[in-house]
Amino acid sequence: MSVSAKRGLLLAAAAAALLAGAQALAEEGKTYGLGTPATPEQIAAWDIDIRPDGAGLPPGSGSAADGEELYANQCAFCHGDFGEGIGRYPVLMGGFESLTQDRPEKTVGSYWPYASTVWDYIYRAMPFGNAQSLSVDETYALTAYVLWLNDIVEYEQVLDQDNLAEVEMPNADGFFLMSEPEFPPHEPCMTDCRDSVEILGKARILDVTPDDGGQAPID
Amino acid sequence: MTDKTRTRGRLPMQIPADAQRQGGPVSAARRRFLAGSAAAGGALAAGGLLGGKALAGNPENLPPNIPDWSRYLGAGVDAHPYGMPVEFESHVVRRNVEWLTATSESSVNFTPIHEMDGFVTPNGLCFERHHGGMAIVPPEDYRLMINGLVDRPLIFTYQDIMRFPPESRFHFLECAANSGMEWRGAQLNGVQYTHGMIHCVYYTGVPLKTLLQEAGVKTSAKWILAEGGDSAGMTRSIPLEKALDDCMVVYSMNGERLRAEQGYPVRLIVPGWEGNMWVKWLRRIEVGDKAWYHREETSKYTDLLPNGKARKFTWVMDAKSVITSPSPEKPMRAEGPQVLKGLAWSGHGRISRVDVSLDGGINWQAAQLHGPVLPKALTFFTLPFEWHGQELLLQSRAMDETGYVQPRMAALQEVRGVNSIYHNNSIQTWLVNANGVVDNVRLG
Repeated sequence: MSVSAKRGLLLAAAAAALLAGAQALAEEGKTYGLGTPATPEQIAAWDIDIRPDGAGLPPGSGSAADGEELYANQCAFCHGDFGEGIGRYPVLMGGFESLTQDRPEKTVGSYWPYASTVWDYIYRAMPFGNAQSLSVDETYALTAYVLWLNDIVEYEQVLDQDNLAEVEMPNADGFFLMSEPEFPPHEPCMTDCRDSVEILGKARILDVTPDDGGQAPID
Repeated sequence: MTDKTRTRGRLPMQIPADAQRQGGPVSAARRRFLAGSAAAGGALAAGGLLGGKALAGNPENLPPNIPDWSRYLGAGVDAHPYGMPVEFESHVVRRNVEWLTATSESSVNFTPIHEMDGFVTPNGLCFERHHGGMAIVPPEDYRLMINGLVDRPLIFTYQDIMRFPPESRFHFLECAANSGMEWRGAQLNGVQYTHGMIHCVYYTGVPLKTLLQEAGVKTSAKWILAEGGDSAGMTRSIPLEKALDDCMVVYSMNGERLRAEQGYPVRLIVPGWEGNMWVKWLRRIEVGDKAWYHREETSKYTDLLPNGKARKFTWVMDAKSVITSPSPEKPMRAEGPQVLKGLAWSGHGRISRVDVSLDGGINWQAAQLHGPVLPKALTFFTLPFEWHGQELLLQSRAMDETGYVQPRMAALQEVRGVNSIYHNNSIQTWLVNANGVVDNVRLG
């Protein structure tokens, strides 16, 4: 059997197994009566995730103007006054047209495809070290501020539950699903596979490896 | 004590009079302590650490002499209620590269895979990757919520989860950014750093399918969102098919409860898929009909190509292997017979073969795979060979049961460029020079 045929069979078998799994789930319906019902209050407090279509956004609002002072107090220490990033903390602003360059700058403006992701991440994880401390309105305001730093919204533009999903991000079309495998199955060469080899570079020359390289004292 | 026993196989050692007065059997450890304090200039008397230098050992412990440990009592039971590795192995630890990240709370360290024999990683050596530091969650305060497109939104306690029928399996966990520093060239001179964002342990827990079934998944469901309870609130979207296939909600690794740094008390495992999805301190599973496109699946863990477009949802870790010894940390110490060791793995299933080249990929030979060879688990391989001081260019090349062959970096760069950060599964090259020193090199 060819390797590609074998791969095909394996994929088919995997698909059949998945299907069988789904059927088992539907038919068995086996439950154990464990766990307690999650109340609406419990769910509302923990279910904070937001989707690109705006699903999950709570009522509230804020603009970059509302967020400016908050950003200076809560965010600029790591991200810089203009989102330029301090030290190795993430750069939030700029980097447009850089994705095809030798050193791309992947920022909210140049790379992030959805405004909802900004809102979700600020609300769940920022500021670093004091997560889930920002109010809904503050999160709208900070989201607007970061988008304003990238010239995506106007300074006075108010973002809310209804219009956040309509914000068009510059790199919204920058992502795709791979449809074909990068390297099809094949039988690799075993002898005389190359005419010669050449050493292009050595890590030792760069000298960026921590000194305590992990060598055993005796081996 | 007669002169005969005192001199049998040993150079006499002076034990201070006050120590002798304590009476009773002398322990080997106490004797070593006494010998150490008696020795002038800190010379080591009983085979202690050698300060990083390869010394020949203490002649007093070598034949025909009788060493202390053969004569005096060792430590009793309970000297270490939770056992630790022997002091001579204290160099076998996780290490990090400080310049990689802004802060240790959102950072990574590396498994010392060059010290691993076999495919199981000891719990204390499994690399750490945190995004908001290591959460400490008391088990009695742990809760897992399942909500969204389900018939019965539920909350489980730690004890609830352990009352479901468990399963146990070995799986590797590899960070998608493992080897991510090596895209542009050989950068870090150590296999711990180039390939150490991986581990493989024996998990015990509940199939995610069992928990989803308990809540009753609605027919419109297509995705789940896994969410961590740490201060990063880590979230990843996972297709429902995968969730129902082989994902597990686990509470044990290698027979003991999870380590805090691995998500105690409960983490998700997503076999064969990138480690970022294996959400630790798992607090919530939401069932939905669309992906969430959160930070870790847009801003991060997407693979930027030279044309400026990025691959998304590249979940599976393709087949990969690396020689762990010889390696920069494991130079050649002597000519003659050698054992080459390495690890191979594939997120698509079992490793079917590992080939090794000693000449930079011109000629290859099959290595021996050490069983059990399990799907989506590390596979340990070895190859005995002779070395007589000649220069070597060592490479390994893994194949998995789908027929996929681990690519050369040149081939990978052709399709990905050098800026995709994640999913570098290319063939690694080690240069062995005439002195036995081993270097990370990039071949053309």
